[in-house]
Amino acid sequence: MITKNLKNLSYKNRNFWSGFLFGIGFAAFIDEAVFHQLLGWHHFYDKSTTTVGLISDGIFHAFSWFATIGGLFLFADLRRRREFVMKKWWGFVLVGYGFFQLYDGIIHHKLMRVHQIRYVENVWVYDLFWNLIAIILLVFGSYLVGSTVYHNGGKRSK
Amino acid sequence: MNLILIDMNVQLFLAFPFVLLLFTYLFAGILSSKKHKPWPLRRYFFWFCGIAFLAITMIGPLAQEAHHNFSAHMIAHILLGMLAPLLLALAAPVTLILRTVQVSIARQISKLLRRKLFRLITDPTFATFLNVGGLWVLYTTDLYLIMQQNFVVHLFVNIHVFFAGYLFTTSIIYIDPTSHRRGFIYRSIVLVIALAGHGILAKYIFANPPVGVSQEQAEIGAMLMYYGGDAVDAILIFILCFQWFQFTRPRSKVALVS
Repeated sequence: MITKNLKNLSYKNRNFWSGFLFGIGFAAFIDEAVFHQLLGWHHFYDKSTTTVGLISDGIFHAFSWFATIGGLFLFADLRRRREFVMKKWWGFVLVGYGFFQLYDGIIHHKLMRVHQIRYVENVWVYDLFWNLIAIILLVFGSYLVGSTVYHNGGKRSK
Repeated sequence: MNLILIDMNVQLFLAFPFVLLLFTYLFAGILSSKKHKPWPLRRYFFWFCGIAFLAITMIGPLAQEAHHNFSAHMIAHILLGMLAPLLLALAAPVTLILRTVQVSIARQISKLLRRKLFRLITDPTFATFLNVGGLWVLYTTDLYLIMQQNFVVHLFVNIHVFFAGYLFTTSIIYIDPTSHRRGFIYRSIVLVIALAGHGILAKYIFANPPVGVSQEQAEIGAMLMYYGGDAVDAILIFILCFQWFQFTRPRSKVALVS
């Protein structure tokens, strides 16, 4: 029983890493596919980008590319060990997605000026919705994760 | 007419090493399959494709075009420095050599591979410096212009790009026997940093074309480098993660149930 609890503890981390990494990767994928390629709102590189913005964008892009694939392999590992907790995983996916979008929306778009969401006059409306959605995802994801922690706590006291 | 003839001779001369590499591999595969398990067909396939990609970056129309067209140069470089090294690494040439040659020679080779020098050479950080660092030198200095004017420099840069790419690929994924193994997390971190260095350079080229390259050419070339690099690196990431997945598989049923 004790070993089982210990094992659950170590795989709790893996549920976090799998969901969180995949969430970041998925957000980056949507960003690239929808906003860069399909809609063409984001620019590949606009000349107002700061140097630190260029570096941050490069590292974030590389990391999220790795995270998408790595997160899914962690997911497969959880499944084969039967340690996968559906609700928790989805919660962390949303947290990862929201985190990426908020970082992208505030640090990249506004502080480092990597690029804007869309090159129009009232870009602040886009910024507002972008970051609002990010916060909603973060809150809802945290709520999902929180509800599974409570659930586990109830089980353990039995 | 004479110039074309000379050119043909040069091309044939350059093609010779590739043909030699193809047949040596084929011969070794068939020969060693007599004493060992048959050498897998997919490995022949990887080797043939890898050598073919290598060859088209050095000889033929793409190589000619790459001299004055930056996009063609970039496609050639992705094949030469990323895709061909990956395919050749998947062909497991060292394993093939070890099982083809006499046991005593094979022992000496593996003893050589265990030397301290190879500890440095097979380190992913070292390989990243050679690989991505070399690209930064190539595109942010006058080297790119010199390379287009001087045949020897051109050849040297191409050889460097290929070997740095091969070294990097084999330092991240282990197909052949590797004596100085590194952990998965370390290799993952270095891979992400190398990928970032590659992407940042691509965007830098987009804004600051190398000497002798027009803005328009640089923009197309930079995007080819960025997305082409991502595509090949996705395969590399997938293989690295898959190797981790196999390495950490639950050993017994007991571990699964308890």
